[in-house]
Amino acid sequence: MTSAPILSIQDLTKNYGELEVLKGITLDVMPGEVIAIIGPSGSGKSTFIRCLNMMEVLSSGSFRFRGEHVAPDFKDKPGALGAGTLRRKVGMCFQHFNLFPHLKVLDNVTKGPIVVLNEDRASAEAHAMELLAKVGLADKAQCYPSQLSGGQKQRVAIARSLAMRPDVMLFDEVTSALDPELVGEVLEVLRELAEGGMTMVLVTHEMAFAVEVADRVIFIDQGVIAEQGTPEQVMRAPGSERLQLFLKRFHA
Amino acid sequence: MYHWDFYTVFQSFDLMWDGLVMTFLYTIASISMGVIVGLATAFARLSKWRLLRIVARSYQEVFRCTPLLVQIMWAYYALPMILGISIPNWAAGLTMLSLYVGSFYAEIFRGGINAIDKGQSEAALSVGMSQAQALRHIIMPQAIKKMLPAFINQSVIQVKNTSLLYAISIAELTYMTYIVNSETYRPLESYTLAAVMYFAMLFPLTQFADYFERRMRRSD
Repeated sequence: MTSAPILSIQDLTKNYGELEVLKGITLDVMPGEVIAIIGPSGSGKSTFIRCLNMMEVLSSGSFRFRGEHVAPDFKDKPGALGAGTLRRKVGMCFQHFNLFPHLKVLDNVTKGPIVVLNEDRASAEAHAMELLAKVGLADKAQCYPSQLSGGQKQRVAIARSLAMRPDVMLFDEVTSALDPELVGEVLEVLRELAEGGMTMVLVTHEMAFAVEVADRVIFIDQGVIAEQGTPEQVMRAPGSERLQLFLKRFHA
Repeated sequence: MYHWDFYTVFQSFDLMWDGLVMTFLYTIASISMGVIVGLATAFARLSKWRLLRIVARSYQEVFRCTPLLVQIMWAYYALPMILGISIPNWAAGLTMLSLYVGSFYAEIFRGGINAIDKGQSEAALSVGMSQAQALRHIIMPQAIKKMLPAFINQSVIQVKNTSLLYAISIAELTYMTYIVNSETYRPLESYTLAAVMYFAMLFPLTQFADYFERRMRRSD
Protein backbone atom coordinates (compact mmCIF):
# COMPACT_ATOMS: atom_id res chain seq x y z
CA MET A 1 0.00 0.00 0.00
CA THR A 2 2.64 2.45 -1.01
CA SER A 3 0.68 3.91 -3.92
CA ALA A 4 -1.21 7.20 -3.91
CA PRO A 5 -4.31 7.52 -1.70
CA ILE A 6 -7.78 7.18 -3.27
CA LEU A 7 -9.33 9.63 -0.86
CA SER A 8 -7.30 12.35 0.75
CA ILE A 9 -8.86 14.63 3.34
CA GLN A 10 -7.03 17.57 4.87
CA ASP A 11 -8.23 19.55 7.90
CA LEU A 12 -11.88 18.80 7.28
CA THR A 13 -14.29 20.79 9.43
CA LYS A 14 -18.05 20.75 9.47
CA ASN A 15 -20.35 22.99 11.41
CA TYR A 16 -24.09 23.48 11.51
CA GLY A 17 -24.39 27.12 12.44
CA GLU A 18 -22.75 27.48 15.82
CA LEU A 19 -22.39 23.77 16.35
CA GLU A 20 -18.96 22.46 15.40
CA VAL A 21 -19.30 18.77 14.59
CA LEU A 22 -15.95 18.05 12.95
CA LYS A 23 -12.97 20.08 14.06
CA GLY A 24 -10.21 19.30 11.63
CA ILE A 25 -9.84 15.74 10.38
CA THR A 26 -6.99 14.59 8.16
CA LEU A 27 -7.13 11.14 6.62
CA ASP A 28 -5.74 9.31 3.61
CA VAL A 29 -7.57 6.23 2.39
CA MET A 30 -5.23 3.94 0.47
CA PRO A 31 -6.33 1.56 -2.30
CA GLY A 32 -7.54 -1.74 -0.88
CA GLU A 33 -7.51 -0.43 2.66
CA VAL A 34 -10.31 -1.24 5.09
CA ILE A 35 -10.84 1.48 7.68
CA ALA A 36 -13.19 1.07 10.62
CA ILE A 37 -14.37 4.21 12.34
CA ILE A 38 -15.48 3.84 15.92
CA GLY A 39 -16.53 6.36 18.51
CA PRO A 40 -19.33 7.36 20.87
CA SER A 41 -22.63 8.56 19.41
CA GLY A 42 -22.55 12.25 18.68
CA SER A 43 -18.81 12.13 18.08
CA GLY A 44 -19.23 13.11 14.43
CA LYS A 45 -18.31 9.79 12.84
CA SER A 46 -21.49 9.57 10.79
CA THR A 47 -21.12 13.17 9.65
CA PHE A 48 -17.55 12.40 8.66
CA ILE A 49 -18.36 9.37 6.52
CA ARG A 50 -21.16 11.34 4.85
CA CYS A 51 -18.60 13.98 3.90
CA LEU A 52 -16.67 11.30 2.00
CA ASN A 53 -19.27 11.20 -0.78
CA MET A 54 -20.37 14.83 -0.39
CA MET A 55 -23.71 13.95 1.20
CA GLU A 56 -22.55 16.60 3.63
CA VAL A 57 -20.65 19.56 2.29
CA LEU A 58 -17.49 20.33 4.19
CA SER A 59 -17.32 23.72 5.91
CA SER A 60 -13.58 23.95 5.32
CA GLY A 61 -10.65 21.76 4.41
CA SER A 62 -9.66 20.04 1.22
CA PHE A 63 -10.93 16.81 -0.26
CA ARG A 64 -9.24 14.95 -3.09
CA PHE A 65 -10.28 11.85 -4.99
CA ARG A 66 -7.31 10.17 -6.70
CA GLY A 67 -5.44 13.44 -6.42
CA GLU A 68 -8.20 15.54 -7.97
CA HIS A 69 -9.87 18.28 -6.01
CA VAL A 70 -13.59 17.61 -5.32
CA ALA A 71 -16.17 20.41 -5.22
CA PRO A 72 -19.68 20.20 -3.78
CA ASP A 73 -21.46 21.14 -7.03
CA PHE A 74 -23.03 18.21 -8.82
CA LYS A 75 -21.27 18.79 -12.13
CA ASP A 76 -17.52 18.78 -12.78
CA LYS A 77 -15.80 22.13 -13.10
CA PRO A 78 -12.39 22.94 -14.53
CA GLY A 79 -9.93 21.82 -11.88
CA ALA A 80 -12.48 20.08 -9.69
CA LEU A 81 -14.56 16.91 -9.79
CA GLY A 82 -18.25 17.34 -9.03
CA ALA A 83 -20.17 15.44 -6.38
CA GLY A 84 -21.96 13.50 -9.14
CA THR A 85 -18.72 12.07 -10.49
CA LEU A 86 -17.45 11.37 -6.99
CA ARG A 87 -20.57 9.44 -6.02
CA ARG A 88 -20.30 7.21 -9.08
CA LYS A 89 -16.93 6.12 -7.73
CA VAL A 90 -17.68 6.17 -4.01
CA GLY A 91 -20.69 4.02 -3.09
CA MET A 92 -22.57 4.29 0.16
CA CYS A 93 -24.82 2.05 2.25
CA PHE A 94 -27.03 3.38 5.00
CA GLN A 95 -28.25 2.27 8.37
CA HIS A 96 -31.86 2.08 7.16
CA PHE A 97 -31.06 0.52 3.75
CA ASN A 98 -33.17 3.08 1.85
CA LEU A 99 -34.17 0.62 -0.85
CA PHE A 100 -36.59 1.99 -3.43
CA PRO A 101 -39.90 0.44 -2.33
CA HIS A 102 -41.65 0.97 -5.67
CA LEU A 103 -39.04 -1.06 -7.57
CA LYS A 104 -38.34 -4.78 -7.60
CA VAL A 105 -35.04 -5.94 -6.14
CA LEU A 106 -33.54 -6.30 -9.62
CA ASP A 107 -34.63 -2.78 -10.62
CA ASN A 108 -33.26 -1.37 -7.37
CA VAL A 109 -29.87 -2.65 -8.46
CA THR A 110 -30.08 -1.65 -12.13
CA LYS A 111 -31.58 1.82 -11.67
CA GLY A 112 -28.28 3.58 -11.02
CA PRO A 113 -26.35 2.06 -13.94
CA ILE A 114 -29.26 2.64 -16.33
CA VAL A 115 -30.04 6.21 -15.28
CA VAL A 116 -26.57 7.48 -14.41
CA LEU A 117 -24.24 5.43 -16.61
CA ASN A 118 -26.67 4.94 -19.53
CA GLU A 119 -26.04 1.20 -19.46
CA ASP A 120 -28.43 -0.81 -21.58
CA ARG A 121 -30.96 -2.81 -19.63
CA ALA A 122 -29.74 -6.25 -20.67
CA SER A 123 -26.17 -5.79 -19.53
CA ALA A 124 -27.24 -3.90 -16.40
CA GLU A 125 -29.52 -6.81 -15.48
CA ALA A 126 -26.84 -9.39 -16.17
CA HIS A 127 -24.45 -7.52 -13.91
CA ALA A 128 -27.16 -7.07 -11.26
CA MET A 129 -27.89 -10.82 -11.24
CA GLU A 130 -24.20 -11.51 -10.73
CA LEU A 131 -24.13 -9.14 -7.76
CA LEU A 132 -27.35 -10.52 -6.29
CA ALA A 133 -25.84 -14.00 -6.53
CA LYS A 134 -22.76 -12.69 -4.77
CA VAL A 135 -24.84 -11.43 -1.82
CA GLY A 136 -26.89 -14.63 -1.90
CA LEU A 137 -30.16 -13.16 -3.13
CA ALA A 138 -30.42 -14.16 -6.78
CA ASP A 139 -33.74 -15.87 -6.03
CA LYS A 140 -35.22 -12.61 -4.71
CA ALA A 141 -34.61 -10.58 -7.88
CA GLN A 142 -38.33 -10.33 -8.69
CA CYS A 143 -39.44 -9.52 -5.13
CA TYR A 144 -40.29 -6.12 -3.79
CA PRO A 145 -38.24 -4.78 -0.86
CA SER A 146 -41.25 -5.07 1.48
CA GLN A 147 -41.05 -8.86 1.06
CA LEU A 148 -37.49 -9.03 2.41
CA SER A 149 -36.02 -9.25 5.90
CA GLY A 150 -33.77 -6.46 7.18
CA GLY A 151 -30.63 -8.44 6.50
CA GLN A 152 -31.77 -9.21 2.97
CA LYS A 153 -32.62 -5.55 2.37
CA GLN A 154 -29.16 -4.47 3.44
CA ARG A 155 -27.56 -7.04 1.16
CA VAL A 156 -29.63 -5.71 -1.75
CA ALA A 157 -28.51 -2.19 -0.82
CA ILE A 158 -24.90 -3.36 -0.98
CA ALA A 159 -25.50 -4.92 -4.40
CA ARG A 160 -27.14 -1.66 -5.52
CA SER A 161 -24.01 0.28 -4.61
CA LEU A 162 -21.69 -2.29 -6.18
CA ALA A 163 -23.63 -2.07 -9.44
CA MET A 164 -21.97 1.29 -10.06
CA ARG A 165 -18.56 -0.47 -9.96
CA PRO A 166 -17.28 1.88 -7.26
CA ASP A 167 -13.63 2.25 -6.25
CA VAL A 168 -14.54 2.86 -2.62
CA MET A 169 -17.46 1.71 -0.49
CA LEU A 170 -18.75 3.60 2.55
CA PHE A 171 -20.84 1.83 5.17
CA ASP A 172 -22.64 3.97 7.70
CA GLU A 173 -23.64 1.69 10.59
CA VAL A 174 -25.14 -0.83 8.19
CA THR A 175 -25.90 -3.40 10.88
CA SER A 176 -27.25 -1.06 13.56
CA ALA A 177 -30.89 -1.34 12.49
CA LEU A 178 -30.84 -5.13 12.19
CA ASP A 179 -32.13 -7.77 14.56
CA PRO A 180 -29.12 -9.46 16.18
CA GLU A 181 -29.63 -12.73 14.34
CA LEU A 182 -29.49 -10.92 10.97
CA VAL A 183 -26.22 -9.05 11.59
CA GLY A 184 -24.06 -12.03 10.66
CA GLU A 185 -25.25 -12.39 7.08
CA VAL A 186 -24.48 -8.74 6.34
CA LEU A 187 -21.06 -8.88 8.00
CA GLU A 188 -20.35 -11.97 5.92
CA VAL A 189 -20.92 -9.97 2.73
CA LEU A 190 -18.70 -7.16 4.03
CA ARG A 191 -15.98 -9.64 4.88
CA GLU A 192 -16.05 -11.10 1.37
CA LEU A 193 -15.88 -7.62 -0.11
CA ALA A 194 -12.86 -6.77 2.03
CA GLU A 195 -11.15 -10.02 1.08
CA GLY A 196 -11.87 -9.22 -2.57
CA GLY A 197 -9.74 -6.11 -2.23
CA MET A 198 -12.46 -3.46 -2.07
CA THR A 199 -11.43 -0.19 -0.46
CA MET A 200 -13.83 0.31 2.42
CA VAL A 201 -14.60 2.82 5.13
CA LEU A 202 -17.10 1.69 7.70
CA VAL A 203 -18.64 3.29 10.73
CA THR A 204 -19.50 0.43 13.03
CA HIS A 205 -20.32 -0.65 16.54
CA GLU A 206 -19.29 -4.24 15.79
CA MET A 207 -15.92 -4.15 17.56
CA ALA A 208 -15.06 -7.80 16.99
CA PHE A 209 -15.77 -7.38 13.31
CA ALA A 210 -13.70 -4.20 13.12
CA VAL A 211 -10.75 -6.00 14.67
CA GLU A 212 -11.13 -8.88 12.26
CA VAL A 213 -11.42 -7.12 8.91
CA ALA A 214 -10.02 -3.62 9.35
CA ASP A 215 -6.46 -2.67 8.42
CA ARG A 216 -6.82 0.46 10.45
CA VAL A 217 -9.16 1.54 13.23
CA ILE A 218 -9.92 5.19 13.80
CA PHE A 219 -11.40 6.47 17.01
CA ILE A 220 -13.31 9.72 16.49
CA ASP A 221 -14.24 11.64 19.59
CA GLN A 222 -15.60 15.17 19.91
CA GLY A 223 -15.03 15.92 16.24
CA VAL A 224 -11.38 14.87 15.93
CA ILE A 225 -9.45 11.67 15.33
CA ALA A 226 -8.49 10.98 18.91
CA GLU A 227 -6.57 7.83 18.16
CA GLN A 228 -5.77 5.52 15.26
CA GLY A 229 -3.72 2.50 14.42
CA THR A 230 -3.97 -1.19 13.65
CA PRO A 231 -6.85 -2.97 15.36
CA GLU A 232 -4.38 -4.53 17.80
CA GLN A 233 -2.90 -1.17 18.76
CA VAL A 234 -6.22 0.53 19.21
CA MET A 235 -8.17 -2.26 20.90
CA ARG A 236 -5.53 -4.00 22.98
CA ALA A 237 -3.50 -0.99 24.00
CA PRO A 238 -5.68 2.11 23.88
CA GLY A 239 -3.60 5.16 24.64
CA SER A 240 -6.14 7.70 25.75
CA GLU A 241 -8.43 7.52 28.70
CA ARG A 242 -11.46 8.33 26.56
CA LEU A 243 -10.84 5.37 24.26
CA GLN A 244 -10.29 3.10 27.26
CA LEU A 245 -13.62 4.25 28.65
CA PHE A 246 -15.34 3.81 25.30
CA LEU A 247 -14.02 0.27 24.84
CA LYS A 248 -14.81 -0.70 28.39
CA ARG A 249 -18.44 0.18 27.83
CA PHE A 250 -18.46 -2.17 24.85
CA HIS A 251 -16.87 -5.06 26.62
CA ALA A 252 -19.08 -4.64 29.66
CA MET B 1 -99.41 17.57 -4.77
CA TYR B 2 -96.86 18.90 -7.25
CA HIS B 3 -97.31 17.60 -10.74
CA TRP B 4 -93.88 16.63 -12.10
CA ASP B 5 -93.46 17.39 -15.76
CA PHE B 6 -90.06 16.67 -17.22
CA TYR B 7 -91.36 16.82 -20.77
CA THR B 8 -90.82 20.54 -21.34
CA VAL B 9 -87.41 20.40 -19.72
CA PHE B 10 -86.39 17.40 -21.82
CA GLN B 11 -87.31 19.38 -24.89
CA SER B 12 -84.47 21.70 -23.94
CA PHE B 13 -82.14 18.88 -23.11
CA ASP B 14 -79.80 19.79 -25.96
CA LEU B 15 -79.13 23.12 -24.22
CA MET B 16 -78.37 21.35 -20.96
CA TRP B 17 -76.14 18.92 -22.81
CA ASP B 18 -74.21 21.82 -24.38
CA GLY B 19 -73.81 23.18 -20.86
CA LEU B 20 -72.49 19.86 -19.63
CA VAL B 21 -69.95 19.74 -22.45
CA MET B 22 -68.85 23.28 -21.58
CA THR B 23 -68.51 22.33 -17.91
CA PHE B 24 -66.40 19.39 -18.93
CA LEU B 25 -64.14 21.52 -21.15
CA TYR B 26 -63.60 24.19 -18.48
CA THR B 27 -62.82 21.46 -15.98
CA ILE B 28 -60.25 19.74 -18.18
CA ALA B 29 -58.61 23.03 -19.20
CA SER B 30 -58.45 24.46 -15.68
CA ILE B 31 -57.22 21.18 -14.17
CA SER B 32 -54.47 20.93 -16.81
CA MET B 33 -53.29 24.46 -16.18
CA GLY B 34 -53.78 24.00 -12.45
CA VAL B 35 -51.45 20.98 -12.48
CA ILE B 36 -48.73 23.03 -14.19
CA VAL B 37 -49.20 25.97 -11.81
CA GLY B 38 -49.44 23.63 -8.83
CA LEU B 39 -46.25 21.74 -9.72
CA ALA B 40 -44.32 24.96 -10.28
CA THR B 41 -45.60 26.33 -6.98
CA ALA B 42 -44.80 23.14 -5.09
CA PHE B 43 -41.23 23.10 -6.38
CA ALA B 44 -40.89 26.80 -5.67
CA ARG B 45 -41.95 26.17 -2.10
CA LEU B 46 -39.40 23.36 -1.79
CA SER B 47 -36.67 25.50 -3.34
CA LYS B 48 -33.62 26.69 -1.47
CA TRP B 49 -34.19 30.27 -2.64
CA ARG B 50 -36.12 32.18 -0.04
CA LEU B 51 -37.61 34.74 -2.41
CA LEU B 52 -39.10 32.00 -4.57
CA ARG B 53 -40.61 30.36 -1.50
CA ILE B 54 -42.16 33.64 -0.36
CA VAL B 55 -43.66 34.42 -3.77
CA ALA B 56 -45.12 30.93 -4.08
CA ARG B 57 -46.50 30.98 -0.56
CA SER B 58 -48.09 34.42 -1.05
CA TYR B 59 -49.84 33.33 -4.22
CA GLN B 60 -51.15 30.24 -2.49
CA GLU B 61 -52.50 32.08 0.52
CA VAL B 62 -54.24 34.77 -1.55
CA PHE B 63 -56.05 32.20 -3.65
CA ARG B 64 -56.81 29.77 -0.84
CA CYS B 65 -58.16 32.42 1.49
CA THR B 66 -60.55 34.27 -0.81
CA PRO B 67 -63.74 32.85 -2.32
CA LEU B 68 -63.50 31.69 -5.91
CA LEU B 69 -66.66 33.63 -6.78
CA VAL B 70 -65.01 36.87 -5.63
CA GLN B 71 -61.87 36.01 -7.60
CA ILE B 72 -63.87 35.44 -10.77
CA MET B 73 -65.88 38.64 -10.34
CA TRP B 74 -62.72 40.54 -9.54
CA ALA B 75 -60.91 39.31 -12.65
CA TYR B 76 -63.88 40.06 -14.89
CA TYR B 77 -65.14 43.38 -13.48
CA ALA B 78 -62.31 44.90 -11.41
CA LEU B 79 -59.10 43.90 -13.17
CA PRO B 80 -60.12 45.48 -16.51
CA MET B 81 -60.53 48.81 -14.68
CA ILE B 82 -56.94 48.63 -13.46
CA LEU B 83 -55.50 47.45 -16.77
CA GLY B 84 -57.70 49.60 -18.94
CA ILE B 85 -58.51 46.73 -21.28
CA SER B 86 -61.50 44.47 -21.43
CA ILE B 87 -61.01 40.81 -20.56
CA PRO B 88 -63.30 38.27 -22.21
CA ASN B 89 -65.36 36.29 -19.72
CA TRP B 90 -63.88 32.93 -20.72
CA ALA B 91 -60.33 34.21 -20.11
CA ALA B 92 -61.17 35.70 -16.72
CA GLY B 93 -63.05 32.57 -15.69
CA LEU B 94 -60.51 30.05 -16.90
CA THR B 95 -57.56 31.93 -15.40
CA MET B 96 -59.13 32.22 -11.98
CA LEU B 97 -60.35 28.61 -11.95
CA SER B 98 -56.84 27.45 -12.84
CA LEU B 99 -55.07 29.64 -10.29
CA TYR B 100 -57.56 28.67 -7.63
CA VAL B 101 -57.21 24.94 -8.10
CA GLY B 102 -53.45 25.35 -8.64
CA SER B 103 -53.06 26.78 -5.16
CA PHE B 104 -54.69 23.69 -3.67
CA TYR B 105 -52.87 21.26 -5.96
CA ALA B 106 -49.57 22.86 -4.91
CA GLU B 107 -50.29 21.91 -1.31
CA ILE B 108 -51.16 18.34 -2.33
CA PHE B 109 -48.00 17.97 -4.45
CA ARG B 110 -45.77 19.51 -1.80
CA GLY B 111 -47.22 17.23 0.86
CA GLY B 112 -46.76 14.17 -1.34
CA ILE B 113 -43.13 14.97 -2.08
CA ASN B 114 -42.40 15.79 1.56
CA ALA B 115 -43.97 12.53 2.68
CA ILE B 116 -41.23 10.56 0.94
CA ASP B 117 -38.47 9.61 3.35
CA LYS B 118 -35.32 11.68 3.00
CA GLY B 119 -33.34 8.45 2.77
CA GLN B 120 -34.85 7.85 -0.65
CA SER B 121 -33.26 10.89 -2.23
CA GLU B 122 -30.03 10.21 -0.34
CA ALA B 123 -29.88 6.70 -1.75
CA ALA B 124 -30.61 8.03 -5.25
CA LEU B 125 -27.93 10.71 -4.97
CA SER B 126 -25.47 8.19 -3.55
CA VAL B 127 -25.50 6.20 -6.79
CA GLY B 128 -24.67 9.40 -8.68
CA MET B 129 -28.12 10.63 -9.70
CA SER B 130 -28.71 14.36 -10.01
CA GLN B 131 -31.51 15.99 -8.02
CA ALA B 132 -33.65 15.98 -11.18
CA GLN B 133 -32.99 12.29 -11.87
CA ALA B 134 -33.72 11.39 -8.26
CA LEU B 135 -36.97 13.31 -8.44
CA ARG B 136 -38.03 11.72 -11.69
CA HIS B 137 -37.02 8.10 -11.11
CA ILE B 138 -37.28 7.72 -7.34
CA ILE B 139 -39.28 10.44 -5.57
CA MET B 140 -42.13 11.26 -7.95
CA PRO B 141 -43.22 7.68 -8.70
CA GLN B 142 -43.70 7.18 -4.96
CA ALA B 143 -45.12 10.63 -4.30
CA ILE B 144 -47.76 10.40 -7.05
CA LYS B 145 -49.26 7.33 -5.39
CA LYS B 146 -49.57 9.25 -2.14
CA MET B 147 -51.03 12.33 -3.85
CA LEU B 148 -53.64 10.67 -6.03
CA PRO B 149 -56.57 10.38 -3.59
CA ALA B 150 -56.31 14.03 -2.51
CA PHE B 151 -55.77 15.07 -6.12
CA ILE B 152 -58.93 13.33 -7.29
CA ASN B 153 -60.87 14.82 -4.40
CA GLN B 154 -59.75 18.33 -5.28
CA SER B 155 -60.60 17.69 -8.93
CA VAL B 156 -64.12 16.61 -8.00
CA ILE B 157 -64.53 19.93 -6.21
CA GLN B 158 -63.15 21.65 -9.28
CA VAL B 159 -65.90 20.22 -11.50
CA LYS B 160 -68.49 21.71 -9.19
CA ASN B 161 -66.63 25.01 -8.92
CA THR B 162 -67.05 25.59 -12.65
CA SER B 163 -70.69 26.30 -11.83
CA LEU B 164 -69.57 29.68 -10.45
CA LEU B 165 -68.78 30.71 -14.01
CA TYR B 166 -72.51 31.22 -14.33
CA ALA B 167 -71.98 34.58 -12.59
CA ILE B 168 -70.10 35.91 -15.63
CA SER B 169 -72.48 34.36 -18.18
CA ILE B 170 -70.36 31.46 -19.34
CA ALA B 171 -72.63 28.86 -20.89
CA GLU B 172 -71.74 25.93 -18.62
CA LEU B 173 -74.28 23.56 -17.11
CA THR B 174 -75.55 25.76 -14.27
CA TYR B 175 -75.93 28.78 -16.53
CA MET B 176 -77.75 26.72 -19.15
CA THR B 177 -80.05 25.34 -16.48
CA TYR B 178 -80.86 28.88 -15.49
CA ILE B 179 -81.69 29.64 -19.14
CA VAL B 180 -83.83 26.53 -19.52
CA ASN B 181 -85.65 27.36 -16.31
CA SER B 182 -86.41 30.88 -17.42
CA GLU B 183 -87.89 29.50 -20.64
CA THR B 184 -89.88 26.64 -19.16
CA TYR B 185 -90.71 27.96 -15.67
CA ARG B 186 -89.96 24.50 -14.37
CA PRO B 187 -87.30 25.10 -11.66
CA LEU B 188 -87.89 21.80 -9.87
CA GLU B 189 -87.41 19.72 -13.01
CA SER B 190 -84.58 21.73 -14.54
CA TYR B 191 -82.46 22.00 -11.41
CA THR B 192 -83.13 18.38 -10.51
CA LEU B 193 -81.95 17.36 -13.96
CA ALA B 194 -78.84 19.53 -13.54
CA ALA B 195 -78.08 17.84 -10.23
CA VAL B 196 -78.50 14.41 -11.78
CA MET B 197 -76.12 15.36 -14.61
CA TYR B 198 -73.45 16.62 -12.21
CA PHE B 199 -73.86 13.50 -10.09
CA ALA B 200 -73.56 11.17 -13.08
CA MET B 201 -70.31 12.84 -14.02
CA LEU B 202 -68.74 12.82 -10.55
CA PHE B 203 -69.94 9.65 -8.88
CA PRO B 204 -67.69 7.37 -10.99
CA LEU B 205 -64.75 9.60 -10.11
CA THR B 206 -65.25 9.37 -6.35
CA GLN B 207 -65.76 5.61 -6.68
CA PHE B 208 -62.47 5.33 -8.50
CA ALA B 209 -60.74 7.36 -5.78
CA ASP B 210 -62.12 5.02 -3.12
CA TYR B 211 -61.09 1.94 -5.05
CA PHE B 212 -57.62 3.34 -5.61
CA GLU B 213 -57.17 4.23 -1.96
CA ARG B 214 -58.21 0.76 -0.86
CA ARG B 215 -55.80 -0.83 -3.30
CA MET B 216 -53.02 1.44 -2.09
CA ARG B 217 -53.56 0.49 1.50
CA ARG B 218 -53.30 -3.16 0.60
CA SER B 219 -49.99 -2.71 -1.21
CA ASP B 220 -48.38 -0.85 1.68
